[in-house]
Amino acid sequence: MAGATRVPTTITQGTTTKGGIGESTLRPDGTLKVTGEFAYSSDLWHEDMLWGCTLRSPYSHAEIRSVDVSEALKTPGVYSVMTHDDLPAETNFGLEIHDQPVLAKDRVRYHGEAVAIVAADHPETARRAAAKIRVEYAELPPVHDEMSATGPDAPVLHPGRDDHHAPHVAHPNIVHRQPIVRGDVAAARERADVVVRHDYEVGMQDQAFLGPESGLAVPAEDGGIDLYIATQWLHVDRDQLAPVLGLPADKVRLTLSGVGGAFGAREDMSMQAHACLLAMATGKPVKIVYNRYESFFGHVHRHPAKLTYEHGATRDGKLLYMTCRIVLDGGAYASSSPAVVGNAASLSVGPYVVDNVDIEALALYTNNPPCGAMRGFGAVQACFAYEAQMDRLAEELGMDPVELRQKNAMSQGALLPTGQQVDSPAPVSEILRRVKAMPMPPEKQWQSSDATRGGTDVDVRALPGGLSNTTHGEGVVRGVGYAVGIKNVGFSEGFDDYSTARVRLEVAGGEAVAMVHTAMAEVGQGGVTVHAQIARTELGVSGVTIHPADTQVGSAGSTSASRQTYMTGGAVKKSCEAVRERVLQLGRERFASHHPAWTGGGELLLEGGKVVTGSGEVVAALVDVLGDEVVEEELEFRHRPTEAFDLKTGQGFGHVQYSFAAHRAVVEVDTELGLVKVVELACAQDVGKALNPLSTVGQIQGGTTQGLGLAVMEEILVDPDGKVRNPSFTDYLIPTILDTPTIPVDVLELADEHAPYGLRGVGEAPTLSSTPAVVAAIRNATGLALKRVPVRPEHLTGTS
Amino acid sequence: MRVTFTVNGRRHEADDVWEGESLLYVLRERMGLPGSKNACEQGECGSCTVRLDGESVCACLVAAGQVEGRDVVTVEGLADQASRRATDGRGTTAADEQRWAPQPAADAGVPLSPVQQAFIDAGAVQCGFCTPGLLVAADELIEHNSRPSDGDIREALSGNLCRCTGYEKILDAVRLAAARTDQSEAQQGEAV
Amino acid sequence: MEFLRPASWEEALAAKAEHPTAVPIAGGTDVMVEINFDQRRPEQLLDLNRITELHEWEVGEEQVMLGASVPYTRIIENLRTELPGLALAGHTVGSPQIRNRGSVGGNLGAASPAGDSHPPLLTAGAEVEAESVRGSRRIPVEDFFTGVKRNALAEDELIKRIHIDKASGPQQFSKVGTRNAMVIAVCGFSVALHPERRIVKAAVGSAAPTPFRATAAEDFLTAALDEAGLWESGGAIPLSVARQFAELCSASCNPIDDVRGSAAYRRHAVGVMARRTLSWVWDGYRSTGGNGARNDEGGSRCA
Repeated sequence: MAGATRVPTTITQGTTTKGGIGESTLRPDGTLKVTGEFAYSSDLWHEDMLWGCTLRSPYSHAEIRSVDVSEALKTPGVYSVMTHDDLPAETNFGLEIHDQPVLAKDRVRYHGEAVAIVAADHPETARRAAAKIRVEYAELPPVHDEMSATGPDAPVLHPGRDDHHAPHVAHPNIVHRQPIVRGDVAAARERADVVVRHDYEVGMQDQAFLGPESGLAVPAEDGGIDLYIATQWLHVDRDQLAPVLGLPADKVRLTLSGVGGAFGAREDMSMQAHACLLAMATGKPVKIVYNRYESFFGHVHRHPAKLTYEHGATRDGKLLYMTCRIVLDGGAYASSSPAVVGNAASLSVGPYVVDNVDIEALALYTNNPPCGAMRGFGAVQACFAYEAQMDRLAEELGMDPVELRQKNAMSQGALLPTGQQVDSPAPVSEILRRVKAMPMPPEKQWQSSDATRGGTDVDVRALPGGLSNTTHGEGVVRGVGYAVGIKNVGFSEGFDDYSTARVRLEVAGGEAVAMVHTAMAEVGQGGVTVHAQIARTELGVSGVTIHPADTQVGSAGSTSASRQTYMTGGAVKKSCEAVRERVLQLGRERFASHHPAWTGGGELLLEGGKVVTGSGEVVAALVDVLGDEVVEEELEFRHRPTEAFDLKTGQGFGHVQYSFAAHRAVVEVDTELGLVKVVELACAQDVGKALNPLSTVGQIQGGTTQGLGLAVMEEILVDPDGKVRNPSFTDYLIPTILDTPTIPVDVLELADEHAPYGLRGVGEAPTLSSTPAVVAAIRNATGLALKRVPVRPEHLTGTS
Repeated sequence: MRVTFTVNGRRHEADDVWEGESLLYVLRERMGLPGSKNACEQGECGSCTVRLDGESVCACLVAAGQVEGRDVVTVEGLADQASRRATDGRGTTAADEQRWAPQPAADAGVPLSPVQQAFIDAGAVQCGFCTPGLLVAADELIEHNSRPSDGDIREALSGNLCRCTGYEKILDAVRLAAARTDQSEAQQGEAV
Repeated sequence: MEFLRPASWEEALAAKAEHPTAVPIAGGTDVMVEINFDQRRPEQLLDLNRITELHEWEVGEEQVMLGASVPYTRIIENLRTELPGLALAGHTVGSPQIRNRGSVGGNLGAASPAGDSHPPLLTAGAEVEAESVRGSRRIPVEDFFTGVKRNALAEDELIKRIHIDKASGPQQFSKVGTRNAMVIAVCGFSVALHPERRIVKAAVGSAAPTPFRATAAEDFLTAALDEAGLWESGGAIPLSVARQFAELCSASCNPIDDVRGSAAYRRHAVGVMARRTLSWVWDGYRSTGGNGARNDEGGSRCA
């Protein structure tokens, strides 16, 4: 089915430089990654290095009565044991609200919260010492849902809140609430021929990156610290760390080490402060590596959500109004909950035109695991619900579900519930048409007539249950489902979103070469590949070096929100343009007399190591123009400013760009056992411009698969008392290669004139629509309502 | 305790090994071979897959003491092993000790193995944390079955989790590596 | 912690006698997880990898003598004819990497109710050969599991071999997991036909504190087949009989609700698997004209 993958083949016009944008150039870190030499954060090693270990709370909500570290300190090989009382400066951190203690003080608010840290000469020594720390807890009643969070007797989890959301929330256990109202829902309800109202639920998904939280902190001679770390945003880590360490920001130097995936889970700090504190306390390098069990406690998860949606439509399928209430469980600390609320609210209507809305989204403080960023960021939960609603509505109306969606699909110029106009292409109807038009996968692919095996054969690998040999075709029913979603790109709601790039051009080894230095976290997405492509396109060179990412250059912002190609790519482009301008200026100064084009006022370009005219005539060799000169520029790039949503009406130009993906899922369900085999998950997505088609498709397929995981298997299970029940890869299951279908991808390139090269953020949109498409297909196969994800076998067999 | 075994054709020794240490820990932290990855340490992800006396195993589930005197091939030795397999048609053995050099494969002039090259070419590498384990598993598959069906590939790699790619490009890579291997074997066959 | 490396079986027994709390480690697929995650710190680890006879098997007239450490991969490759149920179950264990290390002896030693090899051992008929410096004994596999992760071994005993009856008829194994590969059983089911004795054995995993034989279902089916003369006629099993068999299998479960599945689902799934696997083995029996054993995996592609 590889042939079904369609990628754009357009090559940037006029470029004769190989490896520029639009080409599927290969990763610059590919060779290191396939030979095992690429240094991930857990691979680091330093002479005389110590190992850090974290003692965590076994309770979700408890008062800490006392902590006794004396026995731990006596353990041979232990260099330091630290608790909250040993913190040298600021004690709290947080992305937006500094509500999370570096080490718990007096009270723990979630199962797995860090209470003490140990540094020792071997990880086992550190673990044994940590086990000797005596913590006396007095359990407190846990807050675990909206009722227990906002009820009359609810314990206030963060007394004395003074953050900027505190004044407008009805209860201190609500982190943030965002309503959006527009039009007249009551009047529209009167006109509606059909009303569909349902409750939905989304379980807690984990990013489950493969490279565990880890890093190495090295104390420096100047009293500062060097931290080698896997993160999504070096500068925001630094800005949270410096006050905690009591150091000026310039003495906290971060260098990105290899990052084994992120998906949002590395936006918050995990072991960063702990390693630095232990390194400063011992004067030795300290390495901390979480194991998989600890990793489940070491990062935030996707917000579980309860959603109530009501849609009203006319008989012919025109949406008249929508109301929804989205309750997100933010867990013990704020993390990025406020922004997730903003996204959930503003994207809750989906890629549809609905004139009358009454929307409310909020996030709670509870004693459940903290939740924050994960690919899709608030839009995933809403998409599951509104797409389920579309199917229910289609059913009520007796309409084709794709036709209903197309009838209400937004397009360029549409007005969102926030009052914002969509001012770039929004090919919602078109991507739906495209996925629907793709050829269907053959029926019953498990029936192979393999002559070498004698007669007809059943390949259980292609059946629900797979290798577990649960069916040879019995009970298996095929279903098809569709979904489409909308995701914002970049930081929204008035955030000053910018990125920085330093680009240098010089002659080395007789050739003009470029160096690109940014603080962008390469987490696997291929930003480094794209930066080199941009430099080649803009500077006409083939040799591009990507400098390691660190805090010695300006911030690149986070590798999240599908924003890095737009933002840091934009910064690289902008700096390259400035470098190019200086090079041309240099040429004009030095070589004006050599060629009339220098002073002719016509366009001059850098291509293939040459300065050329717009018509391709060679004016000079780049090496000659540069000579001994080193041309360097470091510039910031900003997208158009956005503004905050009004706190009462939700109106405002909140988002800078949107991205759209649609999926068609084909599943085979063992209806008796409730097991699902996803046979194919086709995707069509508009990417504006595929700077690297191979990577673009890779992002879409990866995002699609994470959505599949949420649809049928992925959930962190938390007891009512706040205890995490499945913190392991034995019981938190992510899709294997036998769970993942062929994923044909159809990429559209409709330029957004506001964005560099017309590109559109790619990474998140496919994660949205994948989940509801799979569930729609399961509904189609079973006839069940399925209002919760992940769909478990119990839900399909009535045995919950 | 002390453990001594062969890694990628060369004898390695580690002292003061704690008895609870895994082969994975010893490779990564004591022998300077961090290519095998520590993603789950419970045998549920395959990122630490190595060949132990030729068999693909999770290095995290082998106690260091169990490897005494045995033969291990890691991702760091894959290129070398593949080039030897291509020239003399056999797998790695302990007798190849002297030929092993600790330089990076690319620098040492050893070409990447077919699976390594194919993973790069097909876009099968994103964050790359699953890649070493997948390469070792895929290499073993192709060693035994140079024309695997998609079902065979999926089954052989079903113990290796990848969170970035959605596996499509990994399938592409293994198909590509198998085709290239098959082709070069066929050419060798003609030459003989 | 001490790492004991006996070079022979006798040394291993002596070490176990001297250190009764020593934890035997062969494939390490259970023990190392507990050590890596700091859930277990035994005083001694007793490595069985160097004892060659534990990796060997012998096919006899009536039985297969399976060394305790023979990895699943070897069973799948070499013993599919003699031990089809176990080979099928082995194929569902973990991943290829785990199957290269994990063994039936390890599964028995851990005695997890979810151990994949337990149901086929129960339906094939097997004895566990346990030995200590005091001597050797054979424990019928029915008597081996004494509780959740508890077995009948004395503290100085080690599992040497498993004596498993060679299949005399079709056998099947099926397990439910919430993923299509590399998954721990939510519940598992095995059925074996013994045409020469005109009996059917059925066993269930992960649906009670221990794996168990569904004897009421077995007795019912054995009687029903006998009564209708189906062994001789090779006729189809009436739907009502298959249903009753499935219901009895379900009813014999005593499952719990846990993170992997609800008790109600487990009961339900066991019934479905019982009905399906019965049809597969009976089809196998009929297709061989009632001639008993053949290499039957119900047409499913394995190994």
